[in-house]
Amino acid sequence: MSDEREAPNRLPAGGSIDRDRPLSFTFDGKSYSGYAGDTLASALLANGVVLMGRSFKYHRPRGLIAAGSEEPNALMQLEKGDRTEPNTRATCIELYSGLSATSQNRWPSLSFDIGAVNSLVSRFIPAGFYYKTFMWPASMWLTYEKFIRKAAGLGVSPTAPDPDRYENTHAHCEVLVVGAGPAGIAAAAAAAASGARVLLIDEQNEAGGSLLASATGEQEPVRAWIADAVEQLQSNPDVTILKRTTVTGYFDYNYLTALEKVTDHLPPGSDPVAPRQRFWKIRARQVVIAAGAIERPLVFADNDRPGVMLANAVNTYINRYAVLPGRNIVVFTNNDSAYRTALNAANKGAEVVVVDTRREVDNTLVESLKNAGIKHFPGHAIVSVQGKLAVGAVRIMPLSEDGKTVQGQAWELSCDCIANSGGWTPSVHLFSQSGGKLAYRDGIAAFVPDAATVRSVNPCFSAGACNGTFSTTDCLSEGATAGRAAAIAAGFPGSDVQLPASDPASDDRGQGDIHPLWLVPTVHPVGEGAAKHFHDFQNDVTAADIHLAAREGYLSVEHLKRYTTTGMATDQGKTSNLNALAIMADIRGAQIPEVGTTTFRPPYTPVTLGAIAGQETGELFLQVRQTPMHRWHVEHNAVFEDVGDWKRPRYYPLGVEDMHAAVQRECAAVRDRVGILDASTLGKIDIQGEDAAEFLEMIYTNGWKKLAVGGCRYGLMLNEHGMIFDDGVTSRLGEHHFHMTTTTGGAARVLNWLEEWLQTEWPQMNVYCTSVTEQWAVAAINGPRARELLSTLTDIDLSTEAFPFMTTSEGQVAGVPARIYRISFTGELSYEINVPARYGRYLWDTLIEAGKAFDLCPYGTESMHVLRAEKGFIIVGQDTDGTVTPHDVDMSWIVSDKKDDFLGKRSLSRLDTARDGRPQLVGLLTEDPAFVLPEGAHIVSQVLDKPPMPTIGHVTSSYLSPNLGRSIALALLQNGKNRKGDTVQVQLMDGTVINAQVSSTVFVDEKGERARG
Amino acid sequence: MKAYSLLALARNGLAWQKDWQRAWRSPDPAAAYDVVIIGGGGHGLATAYYLATQCGVNKVAVIEKGWLGGGNTGRNTTIVRSNYLLDASAGIYEHAIKLWEGLSQELNYNVMFSQRGLLHLAHSVHDMQEIGRRGNAIHLNGIDSEFLTPQQVQQMVPFINLNCRYPVMGGLLQKRGGTARHDAVAWGYARGADAAGVDIIQNCEVTGFQIENNKVVGVDTTRGRIGAGKVGVVTAGHSSVLAEMAGFRLPLESYPLQAWVSEPIKPIIDCVVMSNGIHVYVSQSDKGELVVGAGSDAYNSYSQRGSFDLIEHTVGPLVELFPLFSRLRMLRQWAGIVDVTVDRSPILSKTPVENLFFNCGWGTGGFKATPGSGHAFAHSIAAGSMNEIAAPFSIDRFNSGALIDEGAAAAVAH
Ligand SMILES: Cc1cc2nc3c(=O)[nH]c(=O)nc-3n(C[C@H](O)[C@H](O)[C@H](O)COP(=O)(O)OP(=O)(O)OC[C@H]3O[C@@H](n4cnc5c(N)ncnc54)[C@H](O)[C@@H]3O)c2cc1C
Repeated sequence: MSDEREAPNRLPAGGSIDRDRPLSFTFDGKSYSGYAGDTLASALLANGVVLMGRSFKYHRPRGLIAAGSEEPNALMQLEKGDRTEPNTRATCIELYSGLSATSQNRWPSLSFDIGAVNSLVSRFIPAGFYYKTFMWPASMWLTYEKFIRKAAGLGVSPTAPDPDRYENTHAHCEVLVVGAGPAGIAAAAAAAASGARVLLIDEQNEAGGSLLASATGEQEPVRAWIADAVEQLQSNPDVTILKRTTVTGYFDYNYLTALEKVTDHLPPGSDPVAPRQRFWKIRARQVVIAAGAIERPLVFADNDRPGVMLANAVNTYINRYAVLPGRNIVVFTNNDSAYRTALNAANKGAEVVVVDTRREVDNTLVESLKNAGIKHFPGHAIVSVQGKLAVGAVRIMPLSEDGKTVQGQAWELSCDCIANSGGWTPSVHLFSQSGGKLAYRDGIAAFVPDAATVRSVNPCFSAGACNGTFSTTDCLSEGATAGRAAAIAAGFPGSDVQLPASDPASDDRGQGDIHPLWLVPTVHPVGEGAAKHFHDFQNDVTAADIHLAAREGYLSVEHLKRYTTTGMATDQGKTSNLNALAIMADIRGAQIPEVGTTTFRPPYTPVTLGAIAGQETGELFLQVRQTPMHRWHVEHNAVFEDVGDWKRPRYYPLGVEDMHAAVQRECAAVRDRVGILDASTLGKIDIQGEDAAEFLEMIYTNGWKKLAVGGCRYGLMLNEHGMIFDDGVTSRLGEHHFHMTTTTGGAARVLNWLEEWLQTEWPQMNVYCTSVTEQWAVAAINGPRARELLSTLTDIDLSTEAFPFMTTSEGQVAGVPARIYRISFTGELSYEINVPARYGRYLWDTLIEAGKAFDLCPYGTESMHVLRAEKGFIIVGQDTDGTVTPHDVDMSWIVSDKKDDFLGKRSLSRLDTARDGRPQLVGLLTEDPAFVLPEGAHIVSQVLDKPPMPTIGHVTSSYLSPNLGRSIALALLQNGKNRKGDTVQVQLMDGTVINAQVSSTVFVDEKGERARG
Repeated sequence: MKAYSLLALARNGLAWQKDWQRAWRSPDPAAAYDVVIIGGGGHGLATAYYLATQCGVNKVAVIEKGWLGGGNTGRNTTIVRSNYLLDASAGIYEHAIKLWEGLSQELNYNVMFSQRGLLHLAHSVHDMQEIGRRGNAIHLNGIDSEFLTPQQVQQMVPFINLNCRYPVMGGLLQKRGGTARHDAVAWGYARGADAAGVDIIQNCEVTGFQIENNKVVGVDTTRGRIGAGKVGVVTAGHSSVLAEMAGFRLPLESYPLQAWVSEPIKPIIDCVVMSNGIHVYVSQSDKGELVVGAGSDAYNSYSQRGSFDLIEHTVGPLVELFPLFSRLRMLRQWAGIVDVTVDRSPILSKTPVENLFFNCGWGTGGFKATPGSGHAFAHSIAAGSMNEIAAPFSIDRFNSGALIDEGAAAAVAH
């Protein structure tokens, strides 16, 4: 049960929370209460919870520093069971009823964490220490690593599949506006006024951006204008506003990605319809980036203690969530923006002291502090922070003129919160991802987009704080200008929007006159003494680590980043990158831009994998292709095999038969009587056009021009290296019309191959290729009684004279239009009956019914493989592997020496390709006829005690042949052609050596009479 | 060079880390060197290291246009294995693994070579035939390989979805395979080479070659002309650009290749899992991030930016194979430029220009070869002719047709 009393830090009034909707939730098993409108972070803070996490390396106790997606510390394990989610930022989780969160990376508890011993020995484990130790003895690394791995990693992965659903969607617009703060809304309003289709995206659950953190009464005219503008945008049908959506990546040709949290703000699983998250893929003609700026911390001694927060975050908690994070607040700053926080906190009843590193501070600010009764220490700095699990007090001292040392009278100020500001860093991430370069602007001590470097493939504008413009009035006008310019660039007339009158008295002064102080000194030199100056909180990287990196020569930004891991945590250095660069610059005596900037890599904030996968999971991951006869196979107990995307019956066990027994039975049936195979999956390409025959001449190694209409011919395709790439039978249906078949798995590859040559090399050819694989259902009947069976169902004259082997004929089969190819992959009399796919099941059923009189036996791919191996027919990809020529498989007969050219011809004459003694396809007959060689087993030239042993070939296909009553195998064997009759030794992995005799590849019906009969 | 040790860490801990030396100097280029190595990636640095420490070459420089290891060395998914099908490949990759096994000690720099095991999954009858053949070939080359049943796969990788779109039918395991820390490899070799007297010159781009009588005598750089007795070019994705500078062409195409990592989580996958059938491979770094590689882009490019659809097409498969990862998040993605030959095997070779040697074409899978490649290349440069391990990888093979087409044969990348 949640506590009835109001949470201790909750202000009695204000904020955009809904006090009529209290929500209870738990953190580390303890119940708390918050309100609708809270984030998990604000609700915890309201309840006085300061300690929220542990750091990565030293396991230091940590609290919130921010209120947005830049938060490095307050990472939590959200929920339990199959919906658990590690590393979620408490600042980005909207509170819902029943939420359960757990702290991470600590054991046994958050306040007492054994891992914190790392903190005690921290002086011996500086940045990169692991490169210098754990090397002895060498065999121990895996053991050390086990412990390191356990200690690292933040939260835990779910251990069960995700019960939630995700969507993936595309959007197109003329102007994409990233960020719905003053600049973004002005940009969207201006672009929309022009008539452009506008997509406006913001991470927050409501528009307003930085104004969401301002106090009631502040900037009223702007707020009113924004409310009005948003209303107009919402009612404009050409405008889409996505809230709770983060633009995460900016890729070439203005392709941007975004993640929308559709129902994460509701109790998990409570929305029966909507997906959990939606991943957007957006193509925008123009982009306006109005992504704002992020406050960065000052780097002072022990600046990571729970209770040390960013000044603007403190302001946000007060104004937006009605939470006062402390009663005694020390504001520590080097710029003007934190004064707003000081005044606001004092106004809400906190004791406030302002410590400013600057000696000179704007008079109006000094005055307003005085009026509010706030103590002011200009030219001072915090030199130490007391308190471990929460801040208790600070010591401050006067700063030297150059800011490098402290000296003079020290003061101790007790406090429970430090609100600090080191200035504002424009969010240039997306601009940088677009390929634009950054320029350092001294006046604001930060990098801004260099508009001159916008890449032509990624046209975009930056406006507002992300462009280094901090006053609200200027943000509005800059946004409106950018929105207008974007609309014009997208081909629209360009309109002006009416902006609110500027009110100098209430305008946000931004940073004012910032005085960069990148590293706040203490009485000890940096890196000496117990105190740590953090810049990257999550990865525990300190100023001393930067000194160490510099000392050891890891000077370039990228080396610094990789050596110290700064900026590599889950916040990707949003609050730390600039501080790290500046500290390095100072050490090197260089200017910040000379040190460089790190690359901003997508995504801006981490993206749920499930959302990227979208709908394409489970059944929709990759379509399963089934033939029209599939149901029949299922009903008849087929065991399926995946071939490419297709499901093919591998065999049809009867009763308790295993694969072996079923295959023996099926194979015998085909040779003795007749069998039926579903051959629908073979690739089929319809080729038409005046140059079709000419085209095939180039594609295949043999001749095609003389093939008579109605004739069928087997062909091999080679790649540029002269290696076999695909095979199949192609038939001439008309003078300029061919029907090509390909291997099942190779169909798409072959079509691409044909198109590539047609489109890039031979555009003058008049040839059109169309995939017709799925247009035809194919039943292949094979066996001595095939003709008898077929004759009961067709009026086509099946006599060899009328319908010889290797021809095709058209007519009716079972009353439906059919095309029959008299070709054979088993060596038996065979008809491949093609009917339009919709008749496939009917044809099959009819054949099965009619076949009863002939004891027709359905057979699968496994039997097909055995039957073709008995005949020595190759399977491309099994008996060949992309390194095998037609000569290597003893098919020189198919390589025309009359043609001027065909693909692969030149390569066949290359020295190595034409040499004797290459691996060549042979048959193998084991000495023990019952022994079936494992496929993949190797033939050795010499049997040794143990490997390595020199190999001269390997088994490509191997079966027990029911028709021969013994095992047969095909193998690629060096110089195989000349070894017929030799005995070779096959070395198995278990050490057994098998003797086998090299034979012809044709084991059955060497003359090929059966198929012709 | 002051050695790294537990004691050194303790001493420095007490001295506030003040006593650490620079890992490598940053000298100005000398007028001339016996051997100039172009490219400060792992392969270039390893070559320099072995030249200086094993081949008795005194004056060696490594010239790098950016920062050490900033090319593919610092961008790869760090998978190390030697379970290749063809003898030539097995030769160089196994040579590398043997060097990997003592590398941290040799360099006195922990490269975190983690032989956590590398598992190839088979998802179809065809895959089973492929691993069957490769497993035998590897075994007979004297390299460890084991077949696993689906149940054994499940034991190694408990949360795998064996019953995915293409059900797992078996696996091929190389226990000695695994991962290493990529940056540390560059830095460790750099530190070792520097200690042996090699000048490592960063931020210095080679812009041309000095060639006299068809013999290279020096290089032009953004920091001036540098004389050279011999030059070894080890510039990965930019090798064809360098070849053009030297006046010849190489059968190389450069493509962006991408990878990504998830947010760090507690250990969940202890080995490297590679699936060709589902099209994804994954391991977990010591930091806890899942490290996932994508395929190379369809189009040639020198920009280190890939297309997002390739990333997408690894995420779907990862979630298919590991449905429990659906709620985890992608933290960071990036690309490198890989140099791909027609047979997807590397080039270690003499060239039409005398004393000019190239080591490139490692494409999507050369990190694992780093020590072996550097070692073989160094000895070959020093001897003036390719040694036994390097010889099959000469550019002559593209004329003769003696391709080492591992990709066509086994269709296995990385
Ligand atoms: C995303 C990705 C994942 C990968 N995954 C793996 C994997 O898991 N396992 C694996 O084994 N391999 C993998 N690889 C491949 C592997 O990274 C490379 O094959 C290997 O690192 C190449 O090393 P290198 O030293 O030859 O090249 P690089 O590290 O690229 O070094 C070449 C250097 O040459 C420099 N250079 C270029 N031009 C000039 C010039 N004109 N002057 C001076 N210097 C120049 C470059 O700046 C660069 O530093 C992957 C690659 C990528 C991109």
